[in-house]
Amino acid sequence: MLRRYLWLLGLCISVHGFAADNSQKAPRDLFLGEAFFHAQQEEYFDAITRLDTELAQFYRIDDPELDPFHLQANFAEFSIGDFELSYRMHQRAGRAIKAVLEGNVNPEIRNEAAYRLARIYYQKSEPENALHTIERIIGKVPERIRDDEQYLRAQIYMVNGRFTDAAKILEGLRDAKGLEGFAGYNLGIALIENGQEKEGIEQLGKTGLISSDDEATLSIRDKANLVLGYRLMQSNQPGQAKQYLDRVRMRGPFSDKALLGSGWADLSLGRFDRALVPWSILVKRNPTGAAVQESLLGVPYAYAKLNMHGRAALLYGNALDSFGKELTRLDASIKSIRSGNFLKVLVREELKQDKNWVIRLRELPETPETFYLMDLMASNDFQASLKNYFDLEELRQRLDSWDEYLNSYEEIIALRRAYYEPLLPNIDKRFRELDSQIRLRLEQRQRLDDRLQHMLVAPRPDFLATADERIYREQLAHLEQKYRNDTSPGGEDIRRRIKRLQGLIHWDINTTYDQRLTDAYNHLHQLDADAKRLKAIYASFVRTRQAATQSYVGYDEQIRMARNRSRDAKEKVSTLMARQGHMLEVMAINELQRRVQRLEEYQIQARFAMAESYDRAVKAQQQGTESVAK
Amino acid sequence: MVDFLRTLLVGLLISLAAGAVSAEEVSREQIKGIDEQVQDIKKDVLGISSELLQLEEKLLYPSNTQVSIFVDLAEGDKFRLDAVHISIDGKEATHHIYTFKELEALQKGGVQRIYTGNVRTGEHTLDVTLIGKSAGNSDYRQTASYKFSKDVGPRLVEITLAGPAASNHIEFKDR
Repeated sequence: MLRRYLWLLGLCISVHGFAADNSQKAPRDLFLGEAFFHAQQEEYFDAITRLDTELAQFYRIDDPELDPFHLQANFAEFSIGDFELSYRMHQRAGRAIKAVLEGNVNPEIRNEAAYRLARIYYQKSEPENALHTIERIIGKVPERIRDDEQYLRAQIYMVNGRFTDAAKILEGLRDAKGLEGFAGYNLGIALIENGQEKEGIEQLGKTGLISSDDEATLSIRDKANLVLGYRLMQSNQPGQAKQYLDRVRMRGPFSDKALLGSGWADLSLGRFDRALVPWSILVKRNPTGAAVQESLLGVPYAYAKLNMHGRAALLYGNALDSFGKELTRLDASIKSIRSGNFLKVLVREELKQDKNWVIRLRELPETPETFYLMDLMASNDFQASLKNYFDLEELRQRLDSWDEYLNSYEEIIALRRAYYEPLLPNIDKRFRELDSQIRLRLEQRQRLDDRLQHMLVAPRPDFLATADERIYREQLAHLEQKYRNDTSPGGEDIRRRIKRLQGLIHWDINTTYDQRLTDAYNHLHQLDADAKRLKAIYASFVRTRQAATQSYVGYDEQIRMARNRSRDAKEKVSTLMARQGHMLEVMAINELQRRVQRLEEYQIQARFAMAESYDRAVKAQQQGTESVAK
Repeated sequence: MVDFLRTLLVGLLISLAAGAVSAEEVSREQIKGIDEQVQDIKKDVLGISSELLQLEEKLLYPSNTQVSIFVDLAEGDKFRLDAVHISIDGKEATHHIYTFKELEALQKGGVQRIYTGNVRTGEHTLDVTLIGKSAGNSDYRQTASYKFSKDVGPRLVEITLAGPAASNHIEFKDR
């Protein structure tokens, strides 16, 4: 077992590296390439099935080293582990890796296994296990994962509160390829959490300035600026905060929060008119966004601060309308989720074709249950549960389709049985007759061969007499017998002639013996060619005959078992889908209820603020009228 | 009002610092428990899938008649493959129109099993037509023929496709 797992880690290369890593291994393996074709399209189920099937067939053959696949078997084993991780089968991949860790293996392989297992624990939010595992890495780490291992180690230290250790590692990774921005961001956070506020802020500031074309790097840059901005706001430095918040791109996942914070910074500095700039942008955005909803209160608040109470009262009124609409939508969403629509929408096939499906869902007018899905998606637990639900739905569809397959197989088998069964008895009878004839001829051929072999060491010219010669000899023997007792002069002459003729035949047979033997060999070789052809036809017939039987015999049990397994799996999938679906609904409803609660609080605040603004507006108007009257 | 807005800010800061807020009513143990069960059922279904694949091969494509055709792209070639037509002994075996994801998978070294079918033992002719666009976006079309021999074991044929700049646009290999 361990050997298999060792193979699993023998060649650690990620999915994306197949083409590059196989460039020097011509020819590439077709089955492995096929699995990668699926994996590259994130069809991990198909990738695992294909490779699992090939490996199962490979291990069943008698001389696996004669199969070209043996050159790639190690890599295939490892790739399955990788696909399983990508297919979120952490347990299975984790168990395989643990077996390697506990085995007597090369330190580099063990270290890589430890890295992979630690990554699984980290992803599964098990920080202590992750720490324990990563600390098992001692000695050399394979070059290609060195930076990744260090980065993971730093992340694990951070979630375990060891910020000093994390910062030390991250210092050395700031320029590591592929980690641009990420190492810097985490370093900033680690320094701040370690009490080195100034250094942390400086570091986040640097990360917030990196230039890149990569979307992920740009996002982490935005995040650095956002976190830094809010951090400075919290420590009463709104002037500083604003410059960082304004660095965040206008389009991106952090844009709404940055605009909200930017307005906030202005407000804190007493620059109410300037606060209106980012907030006025924000209020026009999707009303389901939490930041957008907050800005609906922020804008009139700023106007009120500018003593524009009439406008403020009007905008509070607008905010109340908007909150009312959103509360209605939230209420509809909760009702819709409770009636099961949420899960139905999530598995809509056409949505899967669009990688921005979550955003699209929010825009579908007929699916109120999904308007707030973006906010739900921010939760890792929700995302993981949603992925599981999608995977279960995919399994359900597969299992349904397999029922159809099995029905078709049974139909094919029945058709084949109906076709072959009436034909085969006659064919078999005729074959048995031909078979006995073939055997007889082949035995005859073998006897001739044995005789010729024997004649090489003990010449037997008589054996090589032609048929005519044999007849002549028999005729002469007959005549000899007939004239044996003939005492007449004619009889004597006949016996002499018979002797001469017998001598002539004997002479011919004996003097041409070598040639006759050679000819006999040549003829036997000619016969061999025919016998070979006969054997080929025989073998072909036997194969075809076997194939005919194998085309419908011996499947019943296999199909019955597959059907049973499929039925059991379907039941389990169905139960799990119900449980997972219910969990998603609970999470969604909880989140939506939190949003309802917040909006209701906003409504109360807005009502009071609106009333206050009206009062002030009326008062200001009265004061204006009075001063005009005076 | 200022207090109210401060509360909002603090809430926002907490959400930024802690990442996402998880639903309190669904415990971590529940999430973990169901996740493990999902992994178990995936393992079961993968096992059934592999078994069915072997059954399908044995039943529909026995080795004495099986022929499988695989398509890949010449390494580093960036021409755009739109479609492939394949016929065996003059009869259309399959045609395939490529999606962006499939093309990308091929360009990264993936190999597509484009056809699995049955042929008699003996000599056969494979005709392949590729349709695509060159790097300069001009139409690109190539056709090639190949003779292969089918014997007792499964016959695997690899077709490597390359762009206009290559010396051999469609290369065949018996595998």
